Amino acid sequence: MADRITLRVTRYRPESDTEPAAREYEIPLRKEWSVLDGLNHIKDHLDGTLSYRWSCRMGVCGSCGMTVDGEPKLTCATFLSDHAPGPVRVEPLSNFPVVRDLVVDIGDFMRKLPRVKPWLIRSEQEAPAEGEYPQLPAERAEYEQFSMCINCMLCYAACPVYALDQEFLGPAAIALAQRYNLDSRDRGASERMDVLSEAEGIWACTFVGECSAVCPKDVDPAGSIQRYKFTAAMESLKTLLLPRGMR
Amino acid sequence: MEPFLWLLFSAGGVLSALLIPAMLFLFGVAFPLGWVSPPGHAHLSAVLGHPVTRVVLLGLCVLALFHWAHRFRYALSDGLQLKHLDRAINLFCYGGALAGSAVAGYLLLAAW
Repeated sequence: MADRITLRVTRYRPESDTEPAAREYEIPLRKEWSVLDGLNHIKDHLDGTLSYRWSCRMGVCGSCGMTVDGEPKLTCATFLSDHAPGPVRVEPLSNFPVVRDLVVDIGDFMRKLPRVKPWLIRSEQEAPAEGEYPQLPAERAEYEQFSMCINCMLCYAACPVYALDQEFLGPAAIALAQRYNLDSRDRGASERMDVLSEAEGIWACTFVGECSAVCPKDVDPAGSIQRYKFTAAMESLKTLLLPRGMR
Repeated sequence: MEPFLWLLFSAGGVLSALLIPAMLFLFGVAFPLGWVSPPGHAHLSAVLGHPVTRVVLLGLCVLALFHWAHRFRYALSDGLQLKHLDRAINLFCYGGALAGSAVAGYLLLAAW
């Protein structure tokens, strides 16, 4: 293995650049170094002006998502040695406006997320039964994979539907809605239905499946959307066929 | 409207994926190669002549056509990025599926 590797990093400083441009940095190539370690090396030793987001460096915080060699990746979980001999292209996540260098604006997602009410909904008057809502392991297993989402936005960067239509509610928001819909303690499925079933909700998804392919936490947003399509379609059928009292 | 179109698409996908390969395997491979003894002409003709078989075949044709319509609509509108022509695309795809269904109905039920 060579002992050096080149990172071709996209730079964009809005105060001086008219458009993003790639800049190359040669860094040491160490077996245990992730792409994020490479970026930290650049920041600490080569160019302190480089901007990017990161925090936990262990695949939990979801802030270091970038495009590495054309694929949306968590840079803390992507090893430089897997991209040797390089050069390794490091670009900001696709489908989001770039704020600076590798930092993107995820405001669109942050505005959409509360619309699906991603929290446990119970009636206000209801006293918690003996202080808690018990749940069986099998009931927990129903939603557990969706609770692994870390909002890293790789699924939005990979989604070709979101790329074409930014009104689309998107994979993570729908998967997070399902995380609560499928929770036995939740009573809010009907409150989430309107937002999920609108044209820019689940119906905009054409089941390309890239969201699930790139998810670093093995969440299956594509599967959750198809599952919800069936639920919503059955509700629509009921509305059409059954008299009001029987729905 | 979208939920109903999706149900037709979904049902069509499942049925086509299950039934058409099975038929192709039987009539295209297994019978010609003698792996399974083929039914006689009179037997096959009686099965095909039965009203239930024709209704099932019509269901398969109609659902498969709507599966195509939904898929092709998105291939044109998203794949080729012709969203601005949505009305024409919908008319072509779902109208085509309806017309195809009518032809299938005529061939299977009326013109037997």
